[in-house]
Amino acid sequence: MTTTHSAASDAGGAGQAAEEPLAEHFEVTIARDRRIEPRDWMPEGYRKTLVRQIAQHAHSEIIGMQPEGEWITRAPSLRRKAILFAKVQDEAGHGLYLYSAAETLGADRADLTERLIEGRQKYSSIFNYPTLSFADVGVIGWFVDGAAICNQVPLCRSSYGPYARAMVRICKEESFHQRQGYELLMTMMRGTTAQREMVQDAVDRWWWPSLMMFGPPDDASPNSAQSMAWKIKRHTNDELRQRFVDMTVPQADKLGVTLPDPELRWNEERGHHDFGTPDWAELMRVIKGGGPCNTERITRRRTAHEEGAWVREAATAHAAKQHERATKESTA
Amino acid sequence: MSDRTSSNEWPLYEVFVRGKRGLNHVHVGSLHAADHRMALTHARDLYTRRNEGVSIWVVRSEHIAASSRDEKDPFFEPSADKVYRHPTFYDIPDDVPHI
Repeated sequence: MTTTHSAASDAGGAGQAAEEPLAEHFEVTIARDRRIEPRDWMPEGYRKTLVRQIAQHAHSEIIGMQPEGEWITRAPSLRRKAILFAKVQDEAGHGLYLYSAAETLGADRADLTERLIEGRQKYSSIFNYPTLSFADVGVIGWFVDGAAICNQVPLCRSSYGPYARAMVRICKEESFHQRQGYELLMTMMRGTTAQREMVQDAVDRWWWPSLMMFGPPDDASPNSAQSMAWKIKRHTNDELRQRFVDMTVPQADKLGVTLPDPELRWNEERGHHDFGTPDWAELMRVIKGGGPCNTERITRRRTAHEEGAWVREAATAHAAKQHERATKESTA
Repeated sequence: MSDRTSSNEWPLYEVFVRGKRGLNHVHVGSLHAADHRMALTHARDLYTRRNEGVSIWVVRSEHIAASSRDEKDPFFEPSADKVYRHPTFYDIPDDVPHI
């Protein structure tokens, strides 16, 4: 295995001999499907890959509050408003579980936030598309959270313990997100022609960006093989994309909407659906900052962070004062 | 412009939740807060949105002392060779009741 060697060389010359047994222990732990825990020795590459993936995942949850959050004030009923509130609150929670996991690897939370708002770390491309009608809230729950479930359920077995445990919590909550979306769409489909058209329009706009959420095709995903070897990832991008399509087609039938792909059909031989190729040039464009809402999303996040600075400072000052007072009383 | 330091000053707390009466508190994750009181309310909002707990402990991460860095190391060796601490070590005939 080459990993052992690269692990040792990553760490530099000095402790190379001492690290051989540590590297071996790491390899054996992974091979036996056991979890790596925060204080274990791990190759630098493993740590870096995890920090990047977990931070990107956390940022996605945090930015993901925005597209749907915009509809909280315009939700059509108190019931829908309360549901949407709870959902957006969950997204914040998911982001925080993940930042917490990233910190066990030595990352600093404030630094990760800086990296996000300075554009040095990415978040999921899907959140750079606008939410044009309330049907989008439903379709995001159905497609985007559905795709997230496909991605995340296998991550509950990820080799890094704190990440896997965060995913378990997240997956439990994600199921509510997907179901509320689908139920919302069923309600709209029982409504007027105009409402049904809104649903179909939202489906047309979100289908392809949702397929892109799984990332580039396997032959253009250079880091996948290493992540699979380390069991950080459990399935390839294309496998997960296929799973999502197979899962969604019957749901679309039941709902009575058409998925906007003329090449989509059941392939008896493969036992899977065949489907068209997403516009990978569009994905690259959105990832590089050229999506419809990239600037808006980051600006909003930056503003919230900067406008909240005085609150963080005030809380720190208050805590210091309380502490000082308590110390004085106990020594008096 | 940048307020890199302000949230850095909020220390890290580890959070432990008792799921229900009769169970131990279990570590669930961490969060940042200015003081204990804020850490508790943040922990409630973050880790018990769906009745996952009846009691929460928070403790500053830096106040936790831990065994050495690998989870399996010589520190635990004293217990490794004492098989006689386990009930299965002892042979008791099958026809002896309730033991």
